[in-house]
Amino acid sequence: MSEQTTIKVQLNGKERVIDRGHTVRSLLAWLELTPGMVVVELNRDILERDRYEEFPVTEGDALELVHFVGGG
Amino acid sequence: MTKGLDGPLEIGGVTFTSRLIVGTGKYKTNEVMVDAIRASGAEMVTVAVRRVDLDRTKEEAILHHLPPEDYFLLANTAGCYTAEDAVRYARLARAAGFNEFIKLEVIGDELTLLPDVHATLEAARTLAGEGFKVMAYTNDDLITALRLEDAGCAAVMPLASPIGSGLGIVNPYFIREIKRRLEVPVIVDAGVGTASDACITMEQGVDGVLMNTALAAAGDPVRMAHAMRHGVVAGRLAYLAGRMPAREIAVPSSPTVGMLD
Repeated sequence: MSEQTTIKVQLNGKERVIDRGHTVRSLLAWLELTPGMVVVELNRDILERDRYEEFPVTEGDALELVHFVGGG
Repeated sequence: MTKGLDGPLEIGGVTFTSRLIVGTGKYKTNEVMVDAIRASGAEMVTVAVRRVDLDRTKEEAILHHLPPEDYFLLANTAGCYTAEDAVRYARLARAAGFNEFIKLEVIGDELTLLPDVHATLEAARTLAGEGFKVMAYTNDDLITALRLEDAGCAAVMPLASPIGSGLGIVNPYFIREIKRRLEVPVIVDAGVGTASDACITMEQGVDGVLMNTALAAAGDPVRMAHAMRHGVVAGRLAYLAGRMPAREIAVPSSPTVGMLD
């Protein structure tokens, strides 16, 4: 049985299939997001921005990618 | 305009010249928002924390339009209905790396958007304990305001009237009482509809006003922003000057002697 090349994750509340082997940093790059413009929560833990490459994205992870929008 | 006539507004160790704080929501276009905020003279602007739209059908990050070096960003917890959610949003906002300030808002009722003061107090204690400079949106209740101050809030922000209502200040007496009793700055947040509302609010002696819809939903937001800027300054200076006593009799302004026969 060959290893799956993709994994399922929860990305901003939606199930997404992504390539296996991403770190948070490479996932942001793949999504064309500027790391400095977003805040990442991985399984409810807020990640430090300069440590994104230390966190691998694995099957079943829940990621929240948030930023500032207009509000009162 | 107020040089030498009014002192600065200090919140949580940060000094502001303008006593007007404005939101960034609900503008028709980002260009109008930027022009209106500039016209308002506000230095502190509120922003919300939301998911990035990964489909990119709309919405770009607000920071493309409001350079953080030009404005002091006050992230809010708008839309949160529990203390736990508000704390989560506040932590996310702080992780964006701009400052420790948070506009704490925990809503208790969808229809009126009135605050859940118990949840607000709980979240305020948690966040103040984590080093946040909490600016807490609350109702015009003195006891809650006192408790929020005790909880370590950097500012307490009672409403003039419900969020987005434009009804103006419905209970000036309670606002004055809150201002009289608190040491921390009191900013009236929500309910201002037009420049006279802003002026009357500032005449109560409060330290500042926060508004969003009154600008964004005005016929001409940029012109209204100018008006609000003047309204806030006018109200502040009138408060500092001290008004004449009101009396229900006429008193002539011109001399009664020296009249011709």
